[in-house]
Amino acid sequence: MSDPRELYQQVIIEHNKKPRNFGDLEACTHQAHGLNPLCGDDISLKLVVEDGVVRDIRFQGQGCAISKASCSLMTVQVKGRPVAEAETLVEQFREMIRGGLDPSAQPNILGRLTLFESVKNLPSRVKCAVLPWATLHSALQGEETVSTE
Amino acid sequence: MTPPTATHPLDVARIRQDFPALTTPFHGKRLVYLDSAVSGLTPRPVVERMAKYQSYEHTNVHRGVSTLSQEATDRFEEAREKVRAFINAPTAAQIIWTRGTTESINLVAQTFGRAQVGAGDEILLSAMEHHSNIVPWQILAEEKGARIRVIPMTDAGELILDGLDGLLTERTRIVGVTHVSNVLGTINPVKEIIRRAHARKVPVLVDGAQGVPHLPVDVADLDADFYAFSGHKMSGPTGIGVLYGRRELLEAMPPWQGGGSMILSVKWEKTTYCGLPSKFEAGTPAIAQAIGLGTAIDYLRELGLERIAAHEHDLLAYATERFAALDGVRIIGQARNKASVLSFVLEDIHPHDVGTILDHEGIVVRAGHHCAQPVMERLAIPATTRASFSYFNTREDIDALVSGILKVQEIFK
Repeated sequence: MSDPRELYQQVIIEHNKKPRNFGDLEACTHQAHGLNPLCGDDISLKLVVEDGVVRDIRFQGQGCAISKASCSLMTVQVKGRPVAEAETLVEQFREMIRGGLDPSAQPNILGRLTLFESVKNLPSRVKCAVLPWATLHSALQGEETVSTE
Repeated sequence: MTPPTATHPLDVARIRQDFPALTTPFHGKRLVYLDSAVSGLTPRPVVERMAKYQSYEHTNVHRGVSTLSQEATDRFEEAREKVRAFINAPTAAQIIWTRGTTESINLVAQTFGRAQVGAGDEILLSAMEHHSNIVPWQILAEEKGARIRVIPMTDAGELILDGLDGLLTERTRIVGVTHVSNVLGTINPVKEIIRRAHARKVPVLVDGAQGVPHLPVDVADLDADFYAFSGHKMSGPTGIGVLYGRRELLEAMPPWQGGGSMILSVKWEKTTYCGLPSKFEAGTPAIAQAIGLGTAIDYLRELGLERIAAHEHDLLAYATERFAALDGVRIIGQARNKASVLSFVLEDIHPHDVGTILDHEGIVVRAGHHCAQPVMERLAIPATTRASFSYFNTREDIDALVSGILKVQEIFK
């Protein structure tokens, strides 16, 4: 990749500056803590799941623009969706970053999350993009802590 | 700080010819290597010497009666002598080959430490240690029920030595301190720390991983009890490092790893060990790497340690001045006495994003916690971006770095 703007698109920069659904959730049904020891990305994710639907989701923590924007866009995409669809998003996002899913050619529900596709060309940043999704998966599975190592 | 003086400056243009990575386009860009603190580039004479050894001269050392083995042993021991002279150790027997600084420190913790540190004893470390001079001591402390105490530092990144005498108690068994901080670039007053520790009869281990590449080191003048460093940060290869130790301490220490090379005789009833340095060198050593390190020392000496220090000082001063003119950039580590490292943070931009964008420009820096998480915690930052300078860098490299930072800020505007 020759131009970093391919990765750092305006939407990503903007979500990094003003992350959506950022903050604490006092009464949550699911939560998990995600850590990337390589760069110190640290995400605390809380959800309210009712009747199999993600009613609310919020995150706190610190990290690079890729992990923060990934988390912010994730919360936007997941909020209001059935848990099963959220898990499908986790799977499709991971596949896209691994290079196993070409969102322009294969059916998917990723929507704007395809912005992160170019991360697949940057092995050193894959963990940053995937951390929020690994954390979401853990929270939905009832695991409390996840590490990218 | 008085800048080091040198009669002739380095001929950097010529030196760069010894580093093919610097003269070959990297993904279409001129490679700007500002990451020597993580691992230095290896000059051609070192690579060629190792290739020659491995191609024509190799067999095992200290074994057998063949001429080949004797000559390999001679080359290997000559390299040890070069290290001895380089740090002014009294004898080559006090130069122990290891895999690197980390292994050197673990060796001390697991031999000297296990023999000398007991329940309730104290290990005194500085607030700016690399994980390699923290974790081996934590492992020991946990095993023994000992306690780690910390010499604090200022926000600028200088050790606070006012309270040192109070931290050196009758329970202190060893002090561990880094010569030069890998994050902050601070050159610590290790000679003074050693003097004050010795007044309480406490030995001092100096982590010299970042010291040896940038400063002339004299272990006799420092009066260091242990001095640990790595080959790959001083123009040598990876896989080789050094532990220097005071003779009485090394002799009193039990062996660490057992095996071939470190024994005088092995019987089922009782095995006796070699003297120094073999006692601590079980198994076949990294022979080509040791010889390569010897060649690296020749190379550095030929360039001149004073000239290297003067050149790097000029680069650091130039970079610091250029950074001062940038908005939204904060230098982390503002000690009065610094060497070759410039850590910084950009307002509202994470170091990993900085590192990725600089990487696109062909600029190699380190972004992260630099294996010094307690330093990050002390300064309340998650990470920094670090540029580190070596004798082959130029002001042009720093100009490229500054342009890269402006590009990062433009993208994140």
